[in-house]
Amino acid sequence: MINSNSLLSEVAQISGEKVQDCYQCQKCSAGCPVAYAMDILPNQVLRHIQYDHREKVLGSKTIWICASCYACSVRCPNNIDIAKIMDTLRGIASRSGIKLGEKEVPVFHSVFLDTIKSKGRIHELSLILQFKMKTRDFFKDASLGLKMYRKGKIKLLPSRFGGGKEIQEIFNAFEKGER
Amino acid sequence: MKDISYYPGCSLHGTAREYDESIRGVSDLLGIQLRELEDWTCCGASSAHCTDEELAIELAARNLAIAEKSDRELLVPCVACYSRFKAVEKEVKEHSKKVYFPYHGNVPIRYALDFFCDEAILEEVKKKRVKPLSGLKVACYYGCLTVRPPKVTGIKEYENPQHMDRLMKLLGADPIPWSYKTDCCGASLVMTRTDIVRRLGGKLLSMAKETEADCLVTGCPMCHSNLDTRQDELGKEVGDDFDIPILYFSELMGLALGHKDAKKWFGHHITDPIKVLSAKGLV
Repeated sequence: MINSNSLLSEVAQISGEKVQDCYQCQKCSAGCPVAYAMDILPNQVLRHIQYDHREKVLGSKTIWICASCYACSVRCPNNIDIAKIMDTLRGIASRSGIKLGEKEVPVFHSVFLDTIKSKGRIHELSLILQFKMKTRDFFKDASLGLKMYRKGKIKLLPSRFGGGKEIQEIFNAFEKGER
Repeated sequence: MKDISYYPGCSLHGTAREYDESIRGVSDLLGIQLRELEDWTCCGASSAHCTDEELAIELAARNLAIAEKSDRELLVPCVACYSRFKAVEKEVKEHSKKVYFPYHGNVPIRYALDFFCDEAILEEVKKKRVKPLSGLKVACYYGCLTVRPPKVTGIKEYENPQHMDRLMKLLGADPIPWSYKTDCCGASLVMTRTDIVRRLGGKLLSMAKETEADCLVTGCPMCHSNLDTRQDELGKEVGDDFDIPILYFSELMGLALGHKDAKKWFGHHITDPIKVLSAKGLV
């Protein structure tokens, strides 16, 4: 029996994945290119979910460090889509109020979504400037930005098009909980 | 002339402009008419799906609904957009997910590399090739989402893919076997954990250098930007020195098909490909 309030059932409900099938073969962690930078390994994340160690999982660095490369998902002998579970955990963590294990990654995602909401498409320069406003790290990659500008890779102004309004409606509906 | 819908995605309107220009150029030479989706919007990658899956589905579905107004296939060159579209298609088709926009899972969604590797197109390429890329040693770099997860991409050889290798061979280039074809470059962390990106990218370029490849070939704007723009940093990270051009497969197609703008596309790269290509007598 799975307790319906458990992290295990919450993850199952959102992702459709069966975390309880994991038998700790550790193949996911062995092939993970970013495991070295994680605080708990992917196989440990699954075990902590099984044990309902909510804070340990949702407050981990790991869920933000995962690069979504899907190497783990394709190699799992029990067909658990671990990369998809990481997405699910990021969502649950963001809504949970728990102190997040990484600072800049979640900030980047929220700035990214704000940019979509306000512009309809990602205008890279706006995204980068907004992100820098939040992190107060103005000099990082500044010379690279200039090099890219000289090569015609940086568009100064966002493109004009007509789809922006519908995007704002999508976001508004979600913010009001209508969808 | 074949008609196809086209979703460039945000990167191709910015940092990946040479990808957009070369896809358009090559399509033109092959008699494929690209019809850009009217008023397309961001697909949500790569932030929506790790914030709110429902929101991610709607952002992608809006574009798919526009595409579904016609019965044309949808060409998607950015692999992050492609992956999101395919994930949403799966939700709608296999799990009967209801979406707000009128999308029913009826658009054939084609990732550009897969599309240009279709037999019929390869036949055309073979006929129209005017400048074989002889002597050019290429390392085909597929990265993650072009092949994974196979339940989304449908690629059978996802641990050792061969389709880009076959395309390169057909263009006259010499694809080298190497073991990092599908290893991740960490692109989604480029703004936030650049330290990880340096390490992953550095490893990739070290291996490419060891195989003596003249260039790396990709079909992903994120991998491209990651590996092309900061080679000095990647080199420092792994104690090496890199000068390895990163080319889009479509740029090399354009070159072999004799497109007049190929040199212009190469001009947008940070790591200059012209040096290597002119040494081989290709530009």
